[in-house]
Amino acid sequence: MDYTIKIGGEAGQGIQTIGETLVTVFADSGFHIFSHQDYESRVRGGHNFYQIRLANKPISASRSKIDILVALDRESIHSHEHELTSHGTILYDSSMCKFIREGNNFLDIPFEDLALEHGKDKITVSTVAIGAVLGILGMELDLYNKVISDTFQERGALVIEENKNAALAGYKYVKQHKKEFPFVMTVKEEKKLLQIGGIESIAAGALASGCKFYSAYPMTPSTGIMNHLAAKAVESGVVVEQAEDEIAAINMALGASYAGVRAMTGTSGGGFALMTEGLSLAGMTETPIVIAMGQRPGPATGLPTRTEQGDLEFLVSAGHGEFPRVIYAPGTPCQAYYLTSKAFDIAEKYQIPVFILFDTYLADSLWTFEPGELKHHQYHDYRLRGDVFKNQQDYKRYLFTDSGISPLAVPGDASQVVVVDSDEHDEEGHLVEDGATRVNMVEKRLFKKLSQIKSEVASPEYYGAPEAQVLLIGWGSTYGVMKEAVDQLAPSMSIAMLHFCEIYPLPDSVRFDYLSILRESALPICIELNATGQFSRLVRAETGFMFEAFIHRYDGRPFTIEELIGEIHGHLGNV
Amino acid sequence: MVTLETFKGQEPAWCPGCGNFAILKTLKNVLVELQVEPHRITLVSGIGQAAKLPHYTKCNTFNGLHGRALPVATGIRLANHTMPVIVTTGDGDCYGEGGNHLMAAIRRNINVKLFVHNNQIYGLTKGQPSPTSSEGTKAKNMPGGVLSGQFNPMALAVALDCSFAARAFTGDTEHLKTMMIEAMNHKGFALIDILQPCVSFNKVNTFQWYSKRVYHLEPEYDPEDRLTAFSRALEWGDRIPIGIIYKNKRPTYEERVPALAVGELVHQCFKAGC
Repeated sequence: MDYTIKIGGEAGQGIQTIGETLVTVFADSGFHIFSHQDYESRVRGGHNFYQIRLANKPISASRSKIDILVALDRESIHSHEHELTSHGTILYDSSMCKFIREGNNFLDIPFEDLALEHGKDKITVSTVAIGAVLGILGMELDLYNKVISDTFQERGALVIEENKNAALAGYKYVKQHKKEFPFVMTVKEEKKLLQIGGIESIAAGALASGCKFYSAYPMTPSTGIMNHLAAKAVESGVVVEQAEDEIAAINMALGASYAGVRAMTGTSGGGFALMTEGLSLAGMTETPIVIAMGQRPGPATGLPTRTEQGDLEFLVSAGHGEFPRVIYAPGTPCQAYYLTSKAFDIAEKYQIPVFILFDTYLADSLWTFEPGELKHHQYHDYRLRGDVFKNQQDYKRYLFTDSGISPLAVPGDASQVVVVDSDEHDEEGHLVEDGATRVNMVEKRLFKKLSQIKSEVASPEYYGAPEAQVLLIGWGSTYGVMKEAVDQLAPSMSIAMLHFCEIYPLPDSVRFDYLSILRESALPICIELNATGQFSRLVRAETGFMFEAFIHRYDGRPFTIEELIGEIHGHLGNV
Repeated sequence: MVTLETFKGQEPAWCPGCGNFAILKTLKNVLVELQVEPHRITLVSGIGQAAKLPHYTKCNTFNGLHGRALPVATGIRLANHTMPVIVTTGDGDCYGEGGNHLMAAIRRNINVKLFVHNNQIYGLTKGQPSPTSSEGTKAKNMPGGVLSGQFNPMALAVALDCSFAARAFTGDTEHLKTMMIEAMNHKGFALIDILQPCVSFNKVNTFQWYSKRVYHLEPEYDPEDRLTAFSRALEWGDRIPIGIIYKNKRPTYEERVPALAVGELVHQCFKAGC
């Protein structure tokens, strides 16, 4: 089984609520899901949709065709009718849409009337619609009723009862009025799966890694990190601060990090543009910081709610002066969780800024995993604290060492002072002007650290046929769709994927010789959601390897599996 | 026992006769009087002549970016709210480049002490007008004179309900010391606007210019009366009041952040994987 459900309507009609609730019911039932969203930068009106794919095996991308369309407005039918499979069904309310469509593919359900009659409130249209979807899929209502009880616990027994009635009304209506039920729902094992989205997994990874401080200014698609952390602030002992601007956000995080706690900030391209001076400050003062950078299409305000991979080169070169940095670009929520954790470790170990470079698509996608698949990186406290600091004689914040890593002490824990400076400084942290100290400091904070930092970068993931003729190369959020394209094309051709999620510095080709794999492939295609191929340029600059085949998309939308396969077919004549 | 010698730092690189020397010496006297050990206090600064001060005082120091001292200080206080934090800054750094952070810090009432060296001119970049330069002030880069209105930090502080706002003058260091001690002992954000001459670049607002104008607020003045405070904050020109212009008893930001109720963030233990 492998079905796709799309919920379409205006902003404010509860599309996301319907989508996320269905995902919860499916995941609780043991189905694997993948969902993504498409919405406009407005709070009411316009056209938005939420797309869910469900299957009884792990999945990682959306398909082009849909089996069930829940249309809360007429526009949803006009825009998506052509995506329907032959057995597909459109659930709509002719009075809400103000038109009637006949035919086997249409089921007119009085969402609003049922909501008013059984849910006692128009707002329960979402609940009626969910009941209707579960009905057409032939599922039971038990799990959904439990979700209703949990969701409305604080609103009281009456609200729970009304919602359960609304769900049952939608469910029964479908059973009474639909003649055929083409969907066969078979679950491999009746075991609840863990559902998690990209943005939540970044926040969860931060919490699992000892993040104690998060300061940010709201900006799509990063705001969800702040929301998730704020929800856990009291129980986890985390300070979440909405800063007056992004400049303050990064400087606050650096202040907190200097004071001895693991600190993080998050933003998108426009906000990060304001943070670049602070990034440079982190570089000069060697203050650990984790920065979650969510890409959306630019330049300037661009397409605020859409997706793109357009800020890689910006991150590689952001901040004045030369200093080391690390960039991770997770492709799945599991990778986002693990890499956020690794970011905290590497940032503190080497006293550098580390980025989680994600995008709107990954942020908004929901996935399911087996419990236990989410694993965090090792936790080690690298700071000089308490008695250990007290016993360190002649403490110098920027002590010259063989490794280039100086002791990172917590101010106030011992009688020695901790001095940091944005000017070039001596070992004690006081500003200097002399050339010899300058050279020694550059050696220390840049060159000596860099070779060790590079040794921590994991190799790219190779997936598919060995020595594949067609090789899909990508980074970040294209992981899932590339992997499914490989699975689908594997029976007909020799194809594989090479995916990078630790992208800067690039992995070395000694431990895993990906350069030879690239050179030996007949058709290596570099796939990026940007206009100019930023990653392919980075590979060329760092390794000399030149891509000749590219797939670039920059309309702000992610690839479905079929769309990507179509693009790949376009290149096959060149093999 | 903490003595002046305890705070001996680097050799200052200021111009001879600079008002900063008086501020530095007074600050050290205050730290001695309060018996604060150097590792139990953090000085934060941005960029400018005033921002060099932490290097000349032995203590924990974060000398960051132009205008950005207050966000750094806020981060330090939230991570370790038992660590006293002083920001030493200038009129350009704090009232110009960092204006948004000043407004936010006053509104938060983060328990940071903000000592602004206000000489009404940019010293480090050699003599451009600052936000506190009076209208018409002429400079090399503004030969026609300053067109913008003069920034009034005391009026801003009162308008935003700043929990402590005082003005002092480097020509009266005993008074400056009293203001600094009052600020240090105040529970909440405390701003002291310290008038000082710039011997190299400000030929108008000289030591004599200030000496002729400044006067102490009368003993019966009530700094907790906000409306009166606002009218005194507007007083500038022939007579300039010094002293605590306004204060209140707003709760601090730190005591309202739930995660800090159980102790300093930096000393809350974390167990991996939980």
